[in-house]
Amino acid sequence: MLSIKNLHASIEGTPILRGINLEVKAGEVHAIMGPNGSGKSTLASVLAGREEYEVTEGEVLFQGKELLALSPEDRAREGVFLAFQYPIEIPGVSTTNFLRTALNQVREYRGQEPLDAVKFLSLMKEKMALVEIDQKLLSRSLNEGFSGGEKKRNEIFQMAMLNPVLSILDETDSGLDIDALRIVSNGVNKLKSDTTATIVVTHYQRLLDYIVPDFVHVLYKGRIVKSGTKELALELEEKGYDWIKEEVDSTATV
Amino acid sequence: MSTLTQQELVLGLFEAAPATFLSLRQLGKESFYAQGMPALKSEEYKFTPIAKKLESCLTDFSPAKPVKISADQVKSAVFAGFEGVVLVFSNGQYLPELSNSTEGLTVNLLSKTENTPLGSIAKADKDPFTALNQATFTDGLHVSIDNKKVIESPILLLQFHQARGGQVISPRIWIEAGDFSKATFIDYQVSLDDAPYFVNKVVEIKGGVHANITYHSLQEESNQVIEVSNVVTDIQQDSQFTSTQITLSGDMVRNNLTLNLLGSNSVGNMYGLYLLKGKTHVDNHTNVDHTIPHAESNELYKGILADQSRGVFNGKIFVRQIAQKTNAFQQNNNILLSDDAIINTKPQLEIWADDVKCSHGCTVGQLDEEALFYLQARGIDKITARGLLLYAFAGEVLDKIEEDSLRNYIVNQIQKRLGSNF
Repeated sequence: MLSIKNLHASIEGTPILRGINLEVKAGEVHAIMGPNGSGKSTLASVLAGREEYEVTEGEVLFQGKELLALSPEDRAREGVFLAFQYPIEIPGVSTTNFLRTALNQVREYRGQEPLDAVKFLSLMKEKMALVEIDQKLLSRSLNEGFSGGEKKRNEIFQMAMLNPVLSILDETDSGLDIDALRIVSNGVNKLKSDTTATIVVTHYQRLLDYIVPDFVHVLYKGRIVKSGTKELALELEEKGYDWIKEEVDSTATV
Repeated sequence: MSTLTQQELVLGLFEAAPATFLSLRQLGKESFYAQGMPALKSEEYKFTPIAKKLESCLTDFSPAKPVKISADQVKSAVFAGFEGVVLVFSNGQYLPELSNSTEGLTVNLLSKTENTPLGSIAKADKDPFTALNQATFTDGLHVSIDNKKVIESPILLLQFHQARGGQVISPRIWIEAGDFSKATFIDYQVSLDDAPYFVNKVVEIKGGVHANITYHSLQEESNQVIEVSNVVTDIQQDSQFTSTQITLSGDMVRNNLTLNLLGSNSVGNMYGLYLLKGKTHVDNHTNVDHTIPHAESNELYKGILADQSRGVFNGKIFVRQIAQKTNAFQQNNNILLSDDAIINTKPQLEIWADDVKCSHGCTVGQLDEEALFYLQARGIDKITARGLLLYAFAGEVLDKIEEDSLRNYIVNQIQKRLGSNF
């Protein structure tokens, strides 16, 4: 589904990603872990099409298409969803209004009829239950004055509404208490299927107790330096990242 | 390009003034000559070279005669869903045959009313264009609302404008709202074609005690229009006055809004929105005078400027020494959509009392790129996303308009622009 080959990206001339290779197949959950500043969020942003990052080398194929050639909106319409680490507050735009615009543009791109107000509302009700989000929250301005947990739940709610093929969760666990973590994870798990894939970007293993990964990759200095299964995450939780840093840095100096 | 000098420009206007209100006109004329046209360096008109504009754009500085207006034209200009009183004007002259009224509302030509203290609220010596209007207006309208009369439906002042070769239109309106009365006015100016003209408008509003007056103004004239508008209101005890000033087009527009808070427990609200493109130049000067203790003023003006448009905001809050316990808030926010758009914004607070709450702030920025990306990342194309964000920005002012038909009309007009090329 997703094939990342030798991806290099930089911001304002500073290289952040230095040769990422990753294959994600339908039905899989991949966790990207790594110490702060390793490039985890950059990878998520580059995949979603954030303009500040300049891709200097490499390619990304998503369902056979050149992902990097697409605008952010077309990536979303093709089925890529980024759950933001810091969801943006947009005063004056209600979640409902914004999502209906988004969903209908996505549907139009996919050759589907737009949803009328009634159908949209019933779809919303169905997906709201998934992340236990209150309708009152959705009629308010997008994320304005939402708590950290509410913002993250809203991200997963939007994901449920847009029904993506590939979901990228960027530090979705940050700022969540244990209850919110459970709710958000449940939502993600219910949305998983044999035809979709999930990339979970996280610093801590905690989230992976709830969203169990098939593969765990450790990102350090802009490269994937270690890949394994969920046991790798447990090992990292226990031993921290230092042993990996040492391993990588010593090989680098050799 | 006119070859007339500024002095010569106005001579024709003075000569054509009707033989009514003779002493008032004489005072206006003297006051105009005492002040003169605002010079380029004049502090009050610093960023708005109005005299130069008039000189270069107007060829025929004579009063524009009323043009014929049909009932159909009125019908098509009135906002969908509007239910209320319509007072129709053609080049400033009131047309009773096309207008209607309601109980508790009395309208009369100024020339048919006696003892209207014109110039007592909008004082000629405060502004040269007020003086010019006072000296040269043809006729105008006296609008009054009975004591204790609550008029729920809005009163539309529908002003059709059309002139040749840059003639002058000088609307003059006197509004008197009785004690405990309530009324909402919508001042809507429409161009009948694209020919240039100059509107020099003066509206005086005299509020009674415990009155609640709303004055909406929508400027949507052709991009050839030069306009100076002076709206001045006296607000008495326990009263509320709310103004919304929406400007969507024009060549050079200057709006002077003055609120005199004369009684305690009075509230003055000033809201404004300007959406400018092309070379439109809009200057909003507001002035609120807190003359007594325990009064409140709220001000929010927002602007979106594209292309080579230019905006000016000057918000003066004057708190006199005895006006303790004043609450005065002012905010001006702007989004510039191009490198060539300019905004000059200036809060001007003069506070002589020592127990007051006053705040002001202004911002000038671009569209929030982070927010734009967020919307795009959900599948919304860039132009629609931009429209959503700009609309949300403007919405804060539009939400202040309680009259649905007007708000819906403006929303519609704005969305047409925000969705495409602004």
